[in-house]
Amino acid sequence: MSTDQHTADTGEAAAAAPSPEAPAPLVALRGVTKTFGPVQALTDVDLDVPVGAVTALAGDNGAGKSVLIKTVAGLWQPDAGEIRWEGRPVRLRSPRQAEDLGITTIYQDLALCDNLDIVQNMFLGREILRHGLLDEVVMEQDARRTLQELSVTSVLSIRQPVLSLSGGQRQSVAVAKALMTNSKLVIMDEPTAALGVSQTRTVLELIRRLAGRGVAVIVISHNINDVFSVADRIAILRLGRLVASGPLAEFDPQTVVEYMTLGSSARATAGRTQPPAAVQEAHGE
Amino acid sequence: MSEPGSPATSVAESTPPADEATTAQPPASEEAELAAVAAAPEVLASSLSEYLRAWRQRIRTGDSGALPIVVGLIVVGAFFQIERSEFLTAPNIVNLLVQAAIFVLFGAAEVFALVLSEIDLSIGYVAGVAAFTIAELMTTPVNFPWWLAILCGFAVAATIGTLQGTLITRLRLPSFVVTLGGLLLWEGVMLELATIDKAAVGGVLSINPASPVYELVNANMSPAVGWAVLAAALGLFAALTLTRAARRRAKGLSAPPLSITLLTIAITAIAGVALVYVCNLNRGVLITLRGVPWVVPFVAIVLLAWTVLLGRTRLGRYIYAIGANPEAARRAGVNVARVRTLGFMLCALTAGMAGLVYESRLGSISTDIDGGSLVLYAVAAAVIGGASLFGGRGKPLHALLGGVLIAAVFNGLGLMGINAAGQDIATAIVLVVAATVDSTLRRRGSAGAP
Repeated sequence: MSTDQHTADTGEAAAAAPSPEAPAPLVALRGVTKTFGPVQALTDVDLDVPVGAVTALAGDNGAGKSVLIKTVAGLWQPDAGEIRWEGRPVRLRSPRQAEDLGITTIYQDLALCDNLDIVQNMFLGREILRHGLLDEVVMEQDARRTLQELSVTSVLSIRQPVLSLSGGQRQSVAVAKALMTNSKLVIMDEPTAALGVSQTRTVLELIRRLAGRGVAVIVISHNINDVFSVADRIAILRLGRLVASGPLAEFDPQTVVEYMTLGSSARATAGRTQPPAAVQEAHGE
Repeated sequence: MSEPGSPATSVAESTPPADEATTAQPPASEEAELAAVAAAPEVLASSLSEYLRAWRQRIRTGDSGALPIVVGLIVVGAFFQIERSEFLTAPNIVNLLVQAAIFVLFGAAEVFALVLSEIDLSIGYVAGVAAFTIAELMTTPVNFPWWLAILCGFAVAATIGTLQGTLITRLRLPSFVVTLGGLLLWEGVMLELATIDKAAVGGVLSINPASPVYELVNANMSPAVGWAVLAAALGLFAALTLTRAARRRAKGLSAPPLSITLLTIAITAIAGVALVYVCNLNRGVLITLRGVPWVVPFVAIVLLAWTVLLGRTRLGRYIYAIGANPEAARRAGVNVARVRTLGFMLCALTAGMAGLVYESRLGSISTDIDGGSLVLYAVAAAVIGGASLFGGRGKPLHALLGGVLIAAVFNGLGLMGINAAGQDIATAIVLVVAATVDSTLRRRGSAGAP
């Protein structure tokens, strides 16, 4: 994670030359289906998540976004279909297994300990020891380096308890924590949901930098503006089906909303996706 | 935004400070003001005046640390000294230290449970069981050497803690219920131990005055040994503090200014010298009686060990993490059940140590030990000292401050000839005042949550 991957300009690159399929995707879902009793939560979802890019996962409430990321995070196993990691099919039986592969999920509650400071939170569960005791100096140096790489400059001291941080700063700490584990895929659930305007901007820039370091990022968002300011690619779910996906340049906000609400778009600008006609029946959501 | 070459500078400029109120780039000082909330002063300051300002800032924002309790100790001490001039005399101070040792150890035990956001109501009688175990193993018919008896007593206490911790974590029972059961169960076990033992006449087992168990409280280090131990401890403390600050500075991390480090060492040294000096004064009436009671270094070593364990080891870090957010700890890969069980084990083990000091002070152990009140004083000592009842906050040092304050109130009221009823009422008032001051300071500040 020390090498500077020159993929920082994926945002513009994706727009200029849409060649996202060229390298093998980090994660590929093929025909993933998940049911809970009578509820068809996911139906035959195909999704590619490339490295070094931000993939936005959009959809209305109950569209299956959470189920999808929890399947990738190892919380739930799909009933049918497969997940490929770096080209190889994998079975993720537990969150631990997903983490071992390099998949980190940042849920909305962020999972930070208020009473611990930034460094202590970033190293929670993988503290560095020296003579059997915690090596605060080395941990603080590493944490500071990671925060600098992410250009998190607004915290005054990384020895502040997380309790004293703003929402955006907490989100930054959660992202930096994910980076400390050498994650290859970071999944973020509504990272800007509770944030104000300027904090949202900070976090979106942070997500761009994360992708710029060669990390694959999946962002769940309700906010169309956020999606268009941060994502390279978009995948739109509706009632458990993937109704559209592709480089963001092929979409505009109007199209995305139409896909989210109707499952198809009259004014779709790109024909990469095949909006299935039979999606209209509700599947017991 | 996406220039790969110069990320640090370009992005830093485009990154607004994460506070919504500020639209333009605020001046550095204003930003500092905003972020200084609840940060420890030593990480913010590079000079003495900055340090003091950061410290004031921290108190204003509600994280008052040990300040209220130190002020409380001074007020209580001054009051009793005015009322009874013998309060601050050598014999009484040593007596107070010995009284405090029991409260301090009980409080330190409860700190483990409180930091985990749990409670242990059983420790009073766990101490009783441990004390009886030690006393019985030392006397006929077992006649274990004193150290083996103590080890067995501590092992019994630790096993009880592990058992209760296992019930709490594996069966997901509330610690309040399990340890409330423990309060009754271990009292019963203690009574049974006294009944079975033929040597315990009327439920009382005396300790051989020649044994180190008796001497722990009732014998003193010689004045020379006291000074030597103090010198060694202070030297070690100074060396560790200075090298730690030097290592941080060498690695380019913020370290407290040298003046603060030296001031800390100086204050510690003055306190240590005063303590040993007072203890080394002759406090005997007919015979010469001088020196630091052995229980003082005993308690100091226990507190030091627990401070290192909680502050500088993985186990300690996980105890704090679980106390604040068990889910976060679980996701970070911490074995939450194991750490919590160990917390209860350490709590009960420390209670066993308190039991040892208790029987050493009385020279005997009796079934009259009031484990119900002792556990409440344990919680009171920890909370008065600054531990939170809501988990995630508390240190062994808090138990020291709280335990000494409770002992001072008991001791002072005893000198004034006020009876047990008055002592209980006064302790209750101190507890409620301490909790009120703490919660008021905290609510005033943005540090917010308890």
